Amino acid sequence: MEVTLRIKRFNPEQDVKPAFKEYVVDVEPMDRVLDALNQVKWQHDGTLTYRRSCAHGICGSDAMRINGRNRLACKMLMNELGRKVTIEPLIGFKVIKDLVIDMDQFFASYKAVKPYLIADDAPSAGERLQSPAERERFDDTTKCILCAACTTACPITWTNEEFVGPAAIVNAHRFIFDSRDQGAGERLRILNTQSGVWRCRTIFNCTEVCPRDIEVTKAIEEVKRALLFEQV
Amino acid sequence: MAYHRFDAVVVGAGGAGLMAAIQLAGKANTAVVSKLYPPRSHTGAAQGGISAALGNTEEDHWQWHMFDTVKGGDYLVDQDAAEILAREAVDAVLELEHMGLPFNRTADGRIDQRRFGGHTRNFGEGPVRRACYAADRTGHMIIQTLYQQGIKHKLNFFDEHHLLDLLFTDDGQCCGCVTVEMRTGEIHTIHAKAVLIATGGFGRVYRITSNAMAGTGDGVAVAYRRGVPLMDMEFYQFHPTGLYRLGILLSEAARGEGGILRNGLGEAFAERYAPTLKDLAPRDMVSRFIYQEVKEGRGIDGKDYVHLDVSHLAPEVIDAKLPDVTDFARTYLGVEPKTDPVPIQPTAHYAMGGLPTDVEGRVIVDEQGRTIPGFYSAGESACVSVHGANRLGTNSLVDLVVFGRRAGRHMLEYVKTASLPPLPTDPEFLGRAQIADLMSRASGERTAELRQAMQEVMMDKVSVVRDGTGLREAKSAIDGIRRSYAQVAIDDHGKQFNTDLTEALELGCMIDCAEAIVAGALAREESRGAHYRDDFQARDDANWLAHTLIYRTSGGLEMRKKPVTITEFEPKERKY
Repeated sequence: MEVTLRIKRFNPEQDVKPAFKEYVVDVEPMDRVLDALNQVKWQHDGTLTYRRSCAHGICGSDAMRINGRNRLACKMLMNELGRKVTIEPLIGFKVIKDLVIDMDQFFASYKAVKPYLIADDAPSAGERLQSPAERERFDDTTKCILCAACTTACPITWTNEEFVGPAAIVNAHRFIFDSRDQGAGERLRILNTQSGVWRCRTIFNCTEVCPRDIEVTKAIEEVKRALLFEQV
Repeated sequence: MAYHRFDAVVVGAGGAGLMAAIQLAGKANTAVVSKLYPPRSHTGAAQGGISAALGNTEEDHWQWHMFDTVKGGDYLVDQDAAEILAREAVDAVLELEHMGLPFNRTADGRIDQRRFGGHTRNFGEGPVRRACYAADRTGHMIIQTLYQQGIKHKLNFFDEHHLLDLLFTDDGQCCGCVTVEMRTGEIHTIHAKAVLIATGGFGRVYRITSNAMAGTGDGVAVAYRRGVPLMDMEFYQFHPTGLYRLGILLSEAARGEGGILRNGLGEAFAERYAPTLKDLAPRDMVSRFIYQEVKEGRGIDGKDYVHLDVSHLAPEVIDAKLPDVTDFARTYLGVEPKTDPVPIQPTAHYAMGGLPTDVEGRVIVDEQGRTIPGFYSAGESACVSVHGANRLGTNSLVDLVVFGRRAGRHMLEYVKTASLPPLPTDPEFLGRAQIADLMSRASGERTAELRQAMQEVMMDKVSVVRDGTGLREAKSAIDGIRRSYAQVAIDDHGKQFNTDLTEALELGCMIDCAEAIVAGALAREESRGAHYRDDFQARDDANWLAHTLIYRTSGGLEMRKKPVTITEFEPKERKY
């Protein structure tokens, strides 16, 4: 089937501001948006620029705005989108080129919440014990692939550069609620500041766009409750 | 141009690279180069598990794991290395847990374990629960955990840098690498005492593959061009269960949990070929079973695929243990695995071959085991060889943590005493020349067309079943593609984030890998593991119980044999 892709293009070496350009592609209904982008790049215009790697929703490279919603291009099929598809870079971070955004601030926020196990009690033999229920407690937030779909769907992130954003909170949650971790206090202190969880207005955009179906808003609420009631 | 000086540089930030870098962190000044962001590395796509004889759910011993690895590899495995793999797997998995990896747990809180292809109790008696797992996203958890540790240890990450060249002194020491920074187009020279290549595999040389688009063999190819031989390249694993037409991996865990392969008649055909392990026979065999069923007209509707059936499993088992793979079937084929069988076909999955190394990760350059000071490799880019002619499921993850760690530790000792070798004059010369050449033509061959031609011929002539005629055709096709590649022209002549350029560079690397695969396959006139020759159907230990080394020389390709290390297990016929 013939589909028109309307892609927001920006070449920093030539353009003052971004502009849409249209491409007609011939795709199968079950093709991914990534297949359609590849068709443009490989057959028509090699200058089209986007990140991609695994092509099946695992690596988190190709989050972009597709018909106004943050999606992974490799997890969105053409048959769900109609005959005219608008593709833009994620909003909220600087565009480097076409669909490639600057991820520096995103990873800086991630790193700011100490996203690693803090524990000094590794047993000399064997594993730390953890019950299936304790393991289940933080299962949802272990699924994060750092694609930035949630953070760049959040209106607070768009207007407030300081806010760590949903993805960083998800990754803090993953450790705060891990029974093996001893760093909950440190992380909660970080998230209790101006740039932390209280910026969240419970808009649910993050949850709606997560390609891994993480209940992002719920995770953020659990972190807020942990701060209010010290329930970890 | 930019210049950096480090003790050690790790190229590739998947499981092996990060595991090595973590050993070096804080003790030696270490750079980590990735053409992606590290957590996007293809280690993250691994699903089913990582084996270690923990014995948490039933009796197990590392000796059994070692035996399975050797037999699974059709006795081409170097047994000293397999012993290290199986022994150190136990400690390495525990180290991952200590780093925070969220494994699934048993009722008593220990790491849970499940069955996987080719892993057996008591030297082949029946399946054993050896694979430690985190749902069906074990690789995701490994890459996340190691990246988290990298952040904790404040590693120097060079994200989105594409490898262009490796640097060696005139007397043969490794002294760094050259990269192009995607964002700026600037060329960087990273001057170091030691370099680790951990750039992963090159499944993208095939049309149907489970590999990420980044799996283009960059580090392997760049070393090969610098005169380093490639070992056992003819052994390329096809995973039996890739999503039909797409090649996306459906983990062996689906069969480990009880899933069954069925042909067009609805028959569970694996038991006809492998009466003991059935659907859990090693991957090379199951891929050939599928090939045979399809060839004899028993594909689904007579076509080139079969079904993976998990519909008889309890829905809660599917949700808890196979959530991602069932989601792939739903998303990409519109099939609900809880009720309907999933169309699958073998998919190019894993390179057993690569840069030859010793058990410390040092790259070796001849059949005597001579090393290049300061030059290391680990993970899929390396060939230790622990996988021999066919890797067992889960052993890639074991390989990268065990040998990534060993390489990192050895590098640390090395850089403590070694002095920084001098750089060659104009270290960026080759890197700059490659880019200038690709930028020089206004019109010419298109990268995508050549890449597709290569992928088609590799799929048709150099996949599950091969023969001399087809391989000779493949050789001539790849030679032709190489000639055309010299005339590639790209559309994007800009500096910043030029992925048109990097795709062309990657194609150059893949042509090198394809050439070596074909050369090895043509030379090896026997069938062993993943290398099956229709014109030489038997294993031939008298002539071919040996590794192949392929060298690229000014006079063309040269093949040498390297002996296999046999310690415990004498080669036997491989039955399951």
